[in-house]
Amino acid sequence: MTTRIHEILKKYPSELLTEWFTSMTTGGMRRDALLKEGELREQCAEFLRLLTQATEHGNVTDITGSGFASVRDMLERLSRSRSLQGFSPSETATFIFSFKQPLFDRLRRELASQPEAVADAMWGATLLLDKMGLYTTEVHQRTREEVIVRQQQEMLELSTPVVQMWDRIVALPLIGTLDSGRTQTVMETLLQRIVETGAEIAIIDITGVPTVDTLTAQHLIKTVTATRLMGAECVISGIRPQIAQTIVHLGVDLAGVVTKSSLAGAFSWALKRLNQSLGSQGQRAPGKV
Amino acid sequence: MERIPILRMGKVLLVTIQVDMHDQLAVTLQDDLTARIVETGARGVLIDISSLEVVDSFIGRILGNIATMARVLDAQTVVVGMQPAVAITLVELGMSLPGVRTALNVEKGMALLQASIKADEAEPEVLDASLED
Repeated sequence: MTTRIHEILKKYPSELLTEWFTSMTTGGMRRDALLKEGELREQCAEFLRLLTQATEHGNVTDITGSGFASVRDMLERLSRSRSLQGFSPSETATFIFSFKQPLFDRLRRELASQPEAVADAMWGATLLLDKMGLYTTEVHQRTREEVIVRQQQEMLELSTPVVQMWDRIVALPLIGTLDSGRTQTVMETLLQRIVETGAEIAIIDITGVPTVDTLTAQHLIKTVTATRLMGAECVISGIRPQIAQTIVHLGVDLAGVVTKSSLAGAFSWALKRLNQSLGSQGQRAPGKV
Repeated sequence: MERIPILRMGKVLLVTIQVDMHDQLAVTLQDDLTARIVETGARGVLIDISSLEVVDSFIGRILGNIATMARVLDAQTVVVGMQPAVAITLVELGMSLPGVRTALNVEKGMALLQASIKADEAEPEVLDASLED
C-alpha cells in the first residue's frame, strides 16, 4: 500500500493538482482576499512535488522521519505564513485535508480490480494526510503562542522605561498593576540600567500604580535593598494617600526606605544629595539616609 | 593553597575577588583579612566583587561578617561592583547585608572610604539597618 501512493503521485501529478485545486475552490476554502490564486496553486504544486519525493522510499506513515523533512519544512512555512495572514487553524489544516478527495478518487480508479488493496491504500493515505494536517495545526498554534510570548515580552519592556533624569540620577515611572512577573522585570531593568549609566540615585515613581498589596510592597522593598547592595540609593515617590493608608494598615515597614510624595520632591532630594557630595566631599554622611 | 590577594594602599586594604568564591576560600579570606587589618592598622577595607557572578547565602554571610569584624577592628568596609544578578540573589535569599556599605565601582568606593577616613568617622553605621524583609 505504501508505494501505491507514491505511484499515484508520480503518475498523475498534473491531474491531481487540478482536481485538488478545483475541490479546494469549490469547497469554499479559498480566500481570495488573503491568498492569491497563483500563490495557492504554487503551494499545491510544491507540496505535491515534495510529497512525491518523500514517499519514494516507501515510508508514508512516519512523517517525523528524515525523508519527510522537506515536507515538514514546507508545511511549517505554509502554516506560519497563513497564521500570520489571519487564517484559522482549521482553514490551514483543510489545505491538507482537501487533498484526500482527489487522492482517494485516483486510488479507487487505479485499484478498481483489487478492493482489498483499495481499503489498505486509503487507510495509509488517511493516516498520512491526517498527520500532516495535524502538524500544520500544531505549527499554527505554536506560531500564535510565539506571537503572544513576544507581545508579552514587549509589553513588559515597554512598561518599564528607565529614564535618565540627570547626571547620576535615573527614574522609573511605573504605571499599572504590579504583579510578581512585572516586578521582577522592573527590578532587573532598573539594576541593569544602574550598572550601565553609573547612576547613584534611582527614583521609583508609583504615581501610576492604582493599588499596592503586601506582595507589591515587599517587592518594592526588595528592589530598594538590591539597589543599595549595588551601591546606589533608591527613593520611592508618588505614593497616593490611599496607598499610604493601605501600607500602614497592612503593617508594611517602609522605615528604611526614603519616600517622597511627588516625583519632583524625590528629584530635588536627589539633586541635593548629589550636590552635597559634589560641592563638599567629605561632608557627605553616607550612613544617614 | 589558593588565596585571594590583599593589597595595601595607604590606610586601605584592597581585595579584588576574581574567582568564583567557594566556602573554604571565603573563610581563608576572612582569616587573612582580619590578620592584615591588625598587622597594618588599616582604617578601610575595599572589596571589589564585580567579577563575582554567583553567590550563595554562605558567601553573603561571610561578606557581612567581614564587615562586622573589620568594624570591630576599627576599619570600615565598602563592597563595590555588585552585579545586578548577585544583588537580586542576595535579596531573594533575604540577606540585605545591613551595615555593609556599598558603591557602584572601585573609584566611587575609594572616594567614599577616603572621605570617611578623613572625617574620622568612628560612629557605627546604621545605614538601612531596617531593610530586612
